[in-house]
Amino acid sequence: MTTRTPQVSDSDVNRRDFLKFLGGGLLVCLSPVSAIAQESGRASNRHELPNDISAWIHIDADGHVKVFTGKVEVGQNIRTSLAQAVAEELRVSFDSITMIMGDTDLVPWDMGTFGSRTTPTMSPQLRNMAVAARELLVETAAQRWSIDASKLIVSSGKITTPDGQKFITYGNLTRGENLVKSVPGDPPLTPASQWKIAGTATPKVNGRAFVTGKHQFPSDVVRPGMVFGSVFRPEAYNAKLESIDTSAAEKIPGVRVVRDGDFTGVVAESAFAAHQALDAIKAKWSIPPQPSNHGLFDYLKANPEGQSDPEQQSGSVADTFASADVKVESRYTIEYIAHTPLEPRAAVAQWNDRKLTVWTGTQRPFGVHEELMQAFQLSPKQVRVIQPDMGSGYGGKHTGEAAMEAARLARATGKPVKVVWTREEEFTWAYFRPAGLVEVKSAARRDGTLVSWEFHNYNSGPAAIGTPYEVPNQLVQFHSAKSPLRQGSYRGLAATFNHFARECQIDEMAHALSMDPVAFRLKNITNPRLKSVLQAAAEKFRWEAAKPSPERGFGIACGTDKGGYVATCAEVSIDPSSKKVKIRRAVQAWECGAIINPDGLRNQIQGALVQGLGGALFERILFSNGRIENPHLSKYRVPRFSDTPQIEVVLLDRKDLPSAGAGETGIVGIAPAIGNAIFAATGTRLRHMPLTPEDDVIIG
Amino acid sequence: MSKFLLHINSKSYPVEAQDDESLLSVLRNHLNLTGTKYGCGEGQCGACTVLMDGSATRSCQIPATAAAGAKITTIEGLEQSGRLTPVQEAFLEEGAFQCGYCTSGMIMSASALLHDNHAPTDEQIITAMNGNICRCGTYSRIVAAIRRASSATAGGAR
Repeated sequence: MTTRTPQVSDSDVNRRDFLKFLGGGLLVCLSPVSAIAQESGRASNRHELPNDISAWIHIDADGHVKVFTGKVEVGQNIRTSLAQAVAEELRVSFDSITMIMGDTDLVPWDMGTFGSRTTPTMSPQLRNMAVAARELLVETAAQRWSIDASKLIVSSGKITTPDGQKFITYGNLTRGENLVKSVPGDPPLTPASQWKIAGTATPKVNGRAFVTGKHQFPSDVVRPGMVFGSVFRPEAYNAKLESIDTSAAEKIPGVRVVRDGDFTGVVAESAFAAHQALDAIKAKWSIPPQPSNHGLFDYLKANPEGQSDPEQQSGSVADTFASADVKVESRYTIEYIAHTPLEPRAAVAQWNDRKLTVWTGTQRPFGVHEELMQAFQLSPKQVRVIQPDMGSGYGGKHTGEAAMEAARLARATGKPVKVVWTREEEFTWAYFRPAGLVEVKSAARRDGTLVSWEFHNYNSGPAAIGTPYEVPNQLVQFHSAKSPLRQGSYRGLAATFNHFARECQIDEMAHALSMDPVAFRLKNITNPRLKSVLQAAAEKFRWEAAKPSPERGFGIACGTDKGGYVATCAEVSIDPSSKKVKIRRAVQAWECGAIINPDGLRNQIQGALVQGLGGALFERILFSNGRIENPHLSKYRVPRFSDTPQIEVVLLDRKDLPSAGAGETGIVGIAPAIGNAIFAATGTRLRHMPLTPEDDVIIG
Repeated sequence: MSKFLLHINSKSYPVEAQDDESLLSVLRNHLNLTGTKYGCGEGQCGACTVLMDGSATRSCQIPATAAAGAKITTIEGLEQSGRLTPVQEAFLEEGAFQCGYCTSGMIMSASALLHDNHAPTDEQIITAMNGNICRCGTYSRIVAAIRRASSATAGGAR
């Protein structure tokens, strides 16, 4: 696969021009497309997915294949695995494919890259298109040679007669003409058991651009005549501007102050001068009293937002809990945390006449496109959003703040403007993973059969709130609350906290029943996929041989969300004098159906576990009266080399099952596994995330 | 405002910058050497690491004026005539990244480490690299890449 992007960087080149630029090629009409494939791109009736293949795949005369998708690359290596899937179905070499991603002028509309949806939805969508294209090419060759199409041999972008006497490449076949065809229904996909390109450990396609510093991230984009912008921020959330004095800033040479209602920004020839100008602005704010970390969880419970219905309800939890043999009632809490993508929000905006082009880091290019259209009252064709592969997001870049700010400043100054948020801005003015509270009551018979499960989540979220254990009497409910802080998506959403609360509670039940935590889980799980990962993790970890002591603890947790199944074991050591906890070893077993790229998958599963360590052990946002008190990496600890345990990942490849996404659910197991390991060693049950916020020192 | 020369990747760049403007800001915003990344601006994440006279240096923490006269190497300066360094090769071979935003700083820090210590232990690698953050969590692969580059260097591969 080439790393070259097409030479059409001018913002006024639209898709029609782009296709003209590509020259003659293949055009296939395919309808209908399967419902599951359409799910990825369909949010409303306004956005029907195109059903002609040229919107998705283009083969040029040299056999180079361009694949168009609104999904974006944020480090999950989907650029690689989507290309593998297309190469597989099209029967071309992996290297012949270039993915065109996240450019709203060039790719079909897409809701965004989140929810682990790219692999289960966009991948089949593109595979369908690739199969249809291949079948059309084969039929065309068959007609040309008057040979039965089913007898032809297709491989590496080449169609060969059964006797090997004649062959033609895709490029030669499509040269100079557009081939058009309607294909009814879903074409047959290649079963995973027969994959040759998909299913293999393929390295990141443009890896060399990253190790040489050549890859241009959103914050690296440079345009001719570009200047630098910064936004003047309020002193606190919900602060009202009483007065502002920008005269000193305006005196700095080359600085322009832009006022637009409540918005105040500066533009300068250098980023440094822009920041100097911000420092020179004086303002008075009135700041209303606001909640803080202190008393947060009571606040969330006491301030509901709207009515909610139970997610699950069966039998009677009250009666069975009252009469059960063994019961546990607990309360779990979790703090707000920040995504802290290493690349903060960034955008470059450029106006050409009435057309606005923005290069920005976002998981939702079309969402940002819509925001910009509305803000500047432009038609869809007057806005182009381009998303260069960015410095990660983890669910934290669904929005387009920097894009909007750069566009405003660029319009005011008539020059292309770059806005790159500072780390402090990213910590303060982005959004957080929600804080929350879980109250759970569970009960079992003395033989270890779960009989009752009542689970209430306040504010954290409903993702993976249901229990995968078989329990006849259940009440599971999510309660929305008025969050004091701006909150939003995060890798795995609330699945992390719901798993933490559930898996710690399950561990506590096992101990109350004097049962082995693995045996207790297996007794109450019927789902074979969940059982398989649990057993695989326990076996690799040598759970049977793991005997805790006051200085060494072992814990396990399991769960499922978004089509992925995970089980995690953790080994912790505890220093007897300092009580410091160290995570020694972790084993994570994972299953998400047929594996498209085992190397990419292993990287994701391991990375999710490491990221999960932060929320498990020490990440938390401290806030008071509308201010973030730790908006710096020196005060907000994220996992580092020295925090990383020895990690073993066990991948279960289920070639008989459709591939699910793997970007998120690998994060959910580590926190409860560590909590359970600390309990096994110390007898102290930690019910708060992060578990050890005071820098490794455990409570008790 | 000062005028001075910066010696970067064996080239001299005339620069005009304010006295307290960081080397990072000058590299990225004046010279368009954008391979060096901004991550935190306070020397906590290592994304901005460059080599100054061979030492790993957080370019966000020193004024550009203080770098005048020093021999500066950025990520753009490692590849020579299309040949990657053993550290760059090893990062590719181990797939030691996800989003790649930390990679420049990781490679510069690792290059300085291996320059000073041809065969670091895992513990020495972790100590030397602990100021570099990878939010995607690829630490184990980065350690493996440095180990690989170390044996490539020790084995006389380059």
